[in-house]
Parts: sequence; C-alpha cells; structure tokens
Amino acid sequence: MSAGAEVGAAPAPPRPAGGRRGGSGRTLARADARAGLALISPTLVIVLVMVVVPILWTVLLAFQRLRLLNLRGAGLFGNFTLANFENAFTSPGFWSALATTLAYSVFGTALAIGIGLVAALALRRPFRGRGLVRAAMLLPYVAPIVAATFAWTTMLSPQFGVANHWGTRLLGWDEPIAFLSQRSSEVSIFGLTFAVPTALLTVIAFEAWRSFPFAFLFLTARLQAVPATLEEAARVDGATQTQRFRYIVLPQLLPTIAVLAVLRFIWTFNSFDDIYLLTGGGAGTEVVAVSVFNTLTARGDIGGAAAQALVLAAILAVFIGLYLWRLAPREERT
Amino acid sequence: MTQLTRATETGPAPAAAPARRRFNRDAFENRLFAVLRVVVIVLLLIVTLFPFYYMGLLSLRPLDRVLQDPGALWVGPSEVDLGSYASVLAPPASGGQGFLVFMANSAIVALGAVALTLLFALPGAYAVSRLNFFGRRQISVLFLAVYLFPSILLAVPLFVFFTRIGLRGSLFGLLVVYVSQIVAVSIYMLRNYFDTVPVSLEEAAAIDGCSRLGILRRISLPLAMPAIMANALFIFMIAWNEFLFALLFLIEDRDRWTVSLGLSQLAGSIEIPTTVLMAGSVIVTLPIIALFFASERLLTEGLTAGAEKG
Repeated sequence: MSAGAEVGAAPAPPRPAGGRRGGSGRTLARADARAGLALISPTLVIVLVMVVVPILWTVLLAFQRLRLLNLRGAGLFGNFTLANFENAFTSPGFWSALATTLAYSVFGTALAIGIGLVAALALRRPFRGRGLVRAAMLLPYVAPIVAATFAWTTMLSPQFGVANHWGTRLLGWDEPIAFLSQRSSEVSIFGLTFAVPTALLTVIAFEAWRSFPFAFLFLTARLQAVPATLEEAARVDGATQTQRFRYIVLPQLLPTIAVLAVLRFIWTFNSFDDIYLLTGGGAGTEVVAVSVFNTLTARGDIGGAAAQALVLAAILAVFIGLYLWRLAPREERT
Repeated sequence: MTQLTRATETGPAPAAAPARRRFNRDAFENRLFAVLRVVVIVLLLIVTLFPFYYMGLLSLRPLDRVLQDPGALWVGPSEVDLGSYASVLAPPASGGQGFLVFMANSAIVALGAVALTLLFALPGAYAVSRLNFFGRRQISVLFLAVYLFPSILLAVPLFVFFTRIGLRGSLFGLLVVYVSQIVAVSIYMLRNYFDTVPVSLEEAAAIDGCSRLGILRRISLPLAMPAIMANALFIFMIAWNEFLFALLFLIEDRDRWTVSLGLSQLAGSIEIPTTVLMAGSVIVTLPIIALFFASERLLTEGLTAGAEKG
C-alpha cells in the first residue's frame, strides 16, 4: 500500500514488445507490479473491509446468542453456541421457507429463461422497429423494483385492480382473486379440483416477468453469433424450421442457457426485494432471504438471522459446486 | 449432416395430421411460425409494457374516477388530472408526500456512487487488465465471488456494524456500502473493455516519454470513454433502484429516505390515495427509462457484461 506515493513519480518505461509477455527487463516488470498493486489497492481495501470481513463476521455472529437490544455490551467474541442453528433446523418455518425458496428459484428461473428464449427467437429476423421492441423488452429488468412491484400489486388488487375487474367480467371468475394474499385456491379443470398456491404462483410469475429480459439479452447476443451457413445448408437439405432449431440452433445455445440458468438461479435463490415488496413474505411466500430480514429487524435476533443467512449461502455453495462438478466439463466439450 | 437427414426422414409427424397425402411439413411450419411470431411479439409487448402504461394511466386519473371505473384502459383528455403529481411532490408541511426530498437523497447517493465507484474502479480495472502484479488472478477471482455473493448475507453484519459505529441513518454510510458492492462488477466490466484497447498505442506513448499515469489519463481513459459512460449509467441505475440496504439503514429518518424507500414505505399506508403513489412510481421510474432509452445501445452491452448486483 505504501507504494501508492511512489507510483505517480515512477515513470514506467516502455515494456518489451507486447507488454507482459516480455521476459527480460526485470526492473520494468517490478515497476509494473508495484504500479498494479498501487492502482488496485484502494478497491481491494474497500472490498475487504466492506464485503469480506463482514462475511467472516457473519460466521462468528451465527454462533453467538446476540440480540439487537444488548448489542452495545457485546464483544467480538462472545460465548459460542450452536443454539441458532438448532433453532433454525428445528423450526418448521425454516424448512418451509427453504422449500418455498427452492420452488421459487427453480420455477422462476425456468420460466424466465423459457420466455427469454421465445422472445429472442421471435425477434431474430429484422423488421421495422425491431430496435424499439427490443428496448421495450428490457424495461421490466431496468425499472426500479419498488415501482414495478407497486404497479403489480395495484393491478392485482381485489378491490380496484384492473386484472380482477376484467377477470370477473370477461373470463367468468366467480369472485375477485386475491392474488397476493391468498395462500391457496381451488381450481377445477374437467371436474378435477386442484389446490393451487395462488400467491406463490403470482410471485413466480412476477419473477419471470422481471428477469426474462436478462435471458433475452444474452440469448439474442448469442443468436447473433450463430453462423448462417449451417442453417442454410440444413435448409437446402430440406430441414424444416423446428428441425433447424432442434438440431442446429439449440445445441449452440445450450452453453449460454446453462450459464444463464446458474446465474439466474443464484440471484433468485437470494432475492429479497421482489417477495418482500409484493407480499411481505405472507400467504406462503416466505423465502429464506425474507425470513433473515424479519428475524433481524422484527425480532432483533442477530444470531438467528446470521445462522439462516449462512445456511442459505452454504446450500447455494453446494449447488454451485455440483454444477461445476457435473455440468461444466460437459459444457466445454460442446 | 447424416443425423440431420435421418431426422428429416423419420421426424415426427406434425401435430395436425396430414389430411392430404403430400403434406408439406416445411410449408406448414413456415406459415405457422410466421403467424406465431407476430402473436408472440404482440403478446410480449403487451405483457412487458402494460404495467408501465397502467402506472402512467392511474397517475393521471382522479381517484374517484378510478374507484368508479377501475377497468378503464384509457384516460380521456377531459379527465386528465395532474393533482396526483402536485400532491406527491409537495413537502409534508403542505400536505404532500415530500418526494422532492426523496429524489434529492436518491440523486445524491446515486451520483456519489457513480463518482466514487469510478474513482476506485478505473485504476483498478486498468491494473487488472494491463499490469502483471502479484496476486492478480486471485484478485479477479475474489471480485467475481463478491459479485455473485448474496447481498442478504451481507445485510446482517453491515446492519450490526453500522448500528455500532453510529453510521446507520446516514447517506454516507449507504454510499460506502453501494460502492463496495458495485466496484467489483464495475472493474469486471471495465477490464473487458481495457483488454480491447491495443497495447501498441500505450507503448507509443511510453516511447514518447509518458509515465504510467500519463498513459492512463491521456491514452487509455479517452479510448475507453464509451465503456466508462455505460458503466456510469449502470452504476447510477443500480444505486437509484437499490432497496434492501436503503431499507435497513435509513428507515428511521424520513428526511433521509431515498425514492425507492419512500415509495415502499408510503405504499403500506391506507390514507394515501393509490393515484398519488402511482404518480410517485412514475417519478421513480421516469429517470431510469429516460436514461435507458438515451443510452440503450451502450447499456445493453454493459448489462450483458455484468448484471444485477446491488
């Protein structure tokens, strides 16, 4: 870090052809190394202090009985205990939150990627105004989450929401559906009656709406790189559109889809904003992230919140590990 | 290709069973997908745009009209009422919701995040891209890990830490948290761009006697300007839209609320009419949409490079 002052003055002489490849000129390499460390160190410090240290601290907090009320008197190392994890694992609320998180992430991710793929394919061939349509598709993703959730809650409101207004008139709903506050409702199709988790499905739909543009963007970029020659050859050989998609386009998209699935899954698994703003975690939609927040702020149970967050991160780490172990090598071969 | 021709011969019959003997699957599919494509595009446009349209619509209609006729999808020129906007912007002292203060807070935090993050990230990205120093690869991996890290896990220790040192409730504390979380993504995006700037240009400048910092300032930064602009917009959007940490840190003091926080807090109260809050939503969303359309091309590249941390 002390190198910071020197760098400004130290002139970096030209490096031998092509930068870091050069093997000669050890002093130049050393000057570069010093400059590099000096330039990166402010970032490194802020990331270490504000991200890495807090994460390590979470681990410590998870093993202490610490409440917000007696925070002032507590030291860094209190009495270590496993009670927080015991509480989490023995409470039915935590397991159901975990199951909800899993369902929410899996279906939200799958739906978002599916819609993104359909959108990317539909907008593949150029037409007038395509640029504008593409930009419009990205709006749900860039719009402020608070405004988007507020528009949705108003739209779906049982009292004056536009969805229930037209649903009861045009679609023949018997009564307004409380999309966001009803745990489950009965739907009968062909005489069979199913219990459907209404609120959970609604937040999954919202998640798909909000994040499909992300998949759309990546898949569009990948589609542009698909060479036209292969498809033309297949067409000459008489392959129809579905066959060209199935045997030529899709295999080329699969690695991108795999990466998207992992990224979206990670983010959906941890997502807090969407569900907190839509339902507040009520009506069977409490995911672990919301549960962590409620434990921290409503109950003031720091240790409990840290333990839950840690379990969440550990599960995520297992999933990512599984992915890297099972899927990544296969992906390289394609 | 062998696999392909086999597929053509034995491919499954299309859903609509061929009525005539010489059913042409290719022609059928071409027609089907031509229609489906238009249907899909129209449907997707409706689904993506309708919530925003509805937001604007409600913000312009008076509350009593909305309650009378909640299904109206159009606002007549005679019905347009800007009262909601006046009410949401006016300070609480005169019966409004004080969104002007919230907007100022958001602007301070977002612009501060842009300036500070770039100040950290530009030299950092240059170093990671160009200079071979000890631990360079490890640092890149660390930043990627930070980027993928769940922010809810950080919420607990940061909340405790800021409570302890008494920075909770200050915009500066929030700013530092934002910078620390965005800087990793920012470096990642900028590094990709610096990688594309030819080294030969920098070497030419070095031969002419330019110092390392001089090269950075005179050659690399001007060349990377488009990427820097995109990055700045990206940071601005993240900071403007951020909700979790604003909620954790600022909730107690109404004068410090950001727009996102203000809107979410007021949305829970019964006394404030929905139309007024819709006007608030439009006000939160409008700067982002304006920025987005002004810089769509720049941004889509940025969004693919690094997405949604914040």
